[in-house]
Amino acid sequence: MNQQQSVLPESANLGADQPSSLRLISTLGLAGLISGLCLVGIYTITLPRIEANKARTLKEAVLQVLPGSVSMEELVWNGQGLIPVEQAGEASYTESIYAAYNRDGSLVGYAIPEDGAGFQDTIRLIYGYRPDSREIVGMRVLESRETPGLGDKIYKDQAFQENFRALSVSPEVVAVKHGSKNAPNQVDCITGATISSKAVVRILRQGNQTWLERIDKSASGTTENGKLPGVPGARNGEVSVPSAEPGIESRRPALPAGSQGR
Amino acid sequence: MPSIPASSPGGGSGSQGSGVADGDWERVQAEFMKGIWKENPVFVQVLGMCPMLAVTNSAVNAMAMGAATFFVLVGSSFLVSLLRNFIPRQVRISTYIVIIATFVTVADFTLQALLPDIHRELGAFISLIVVNCLILGRQEAFASKNTVKHAVADAVGMAGGFAIALLCLGSVREILGSGSLFGVSLFGSGYEPWVIMILPPGGFIMLGLILLFFNWLKSRRAHWLQSLDKLGEGAR
Repeated sequence: MNQQQSVLPESANLGADQPSSLRLISTLGLAGLISGLCLVGIYTITLPRIEANKARTLKEAVLQVLPGSVSMEELVWNGQGLIPVEQAGEASYTESIYAAYNRDGSLVGYAIPEDGAGFQDTIRLIYGYRPDSREIVGMRVLESRETPGLGDKIYKDQAFQENFRALSVSPEVVAVKHGSKNAPNQVDCITGATISSKAVVRILRQGNQTWLERIDKSASGTTENGKLPGVPGARNGEVSVPSAEPGIESRRPALPAGSQGR
Repeated sequence: MPSIPASSPGGGSGSQGSGVADGDWERVQAEFMKGIWKENPVFVQVLGMCPMLAVTNSAVNAMAMGAATFFVLVGSSFLVSLLRNFIPRQVRISTYIVIIATFVTVADFTLQALLPDIHRELGAFISLIVVNCLILGRQEAFASKNTVKHAVADAVGMAGGFAIALLCLGSVREILGSGSLFGVSLFGSGYEPWVIMILPPGGFIMLGLILLFFNWLKSRRAHWLQSLDKLGEGAR
């Protein structure tokens, strides 16, 4: 057997006390089994906590990028409209956005998560979009490995964050040299972090490309249905993180499938 | 497996079951202390360099990494030592890896549940504790050949030494690179952080300087260490 640099006394008579293959297999099998049981145990114990942490982080981010909102709901695109995630089948979507509502239960805007390549690694961010004013009203970086002291200004620099308080999306968002912002669709780049700033703009555009049209379609469809866009029917005004609770049906901003006459 | 005189990389071990309780306690202390200082896994054995360089950009990260490694190393050493007579030699490495990986995953999930922010900072380096050669090295060189008591003492010493080393490097890099320690700003707003210190090159530079310092200390104390080794030999 492989006795890697072993000079142990019993290596001389190893042939004699060679354990049977069955013993070896059962040892490893038993170790694997016990280890598996431990892992299942710890997974089951920690999962609720981990999920709660993730949900809380997400909710904080959504409510932060859409000032004035107090509750939110996850929406997915089913090909015709935006529908609550609970109504979509498991495999029918890969990406989702979040509709956020204010205290009266009317729609504030949509929080759109998007990611793309930064200077060093993928930047994941979420931004708030208001369909009524067609503006981006907030942006938060969720995950990035940009250079400390330079690229990390995309989330540490207050002045850069100001760019996203009221950023028009039409015409398309563009990045401009630091200090030369003079139109509502321009983003002032950070000196020394041009690549990271431009990456953020690129990610925003990417998100806009995917979602703005869908949001518009969904909203116009709702209007045809006789509702105002963003005022999803009779909402009972309760304020909570949406999940499978009573009242969820009533705050759906989307239209029933097929009502767009496509 | 019959009792085999253990020989950890730098020597400093005796036969097990010395009989006299006092001698045994001294042995436990010796096993503990050698990891902290004489055979410090980072400064002397230069093991575990990957987490050492990657996560020491702040003192908090370094401490979390030290704590996670401590948990994994002590847990695995305890189990490996307890099971050392049941694990056939031929499958020992794979069994150790299964044991270590289990502890690492437990640490991973626990951190994720309790300290999600720190878990996000450390990222993949928590999972990578599995392949930290320090841990497998202690199982193979020590825990698999010694009683539970000595194995745990050894593991606590080694993990403690590792954590101290991480904390040293993490504190120095955070102070120079961000002007703060444990997130508390030290120099006020006038301090321009020495950003390179929290980037990878800073890790290499700082580690190099610290190793230089320890080697200088070691060469100065060579005589003293030799006499200590002789003392250990005498006890054997």
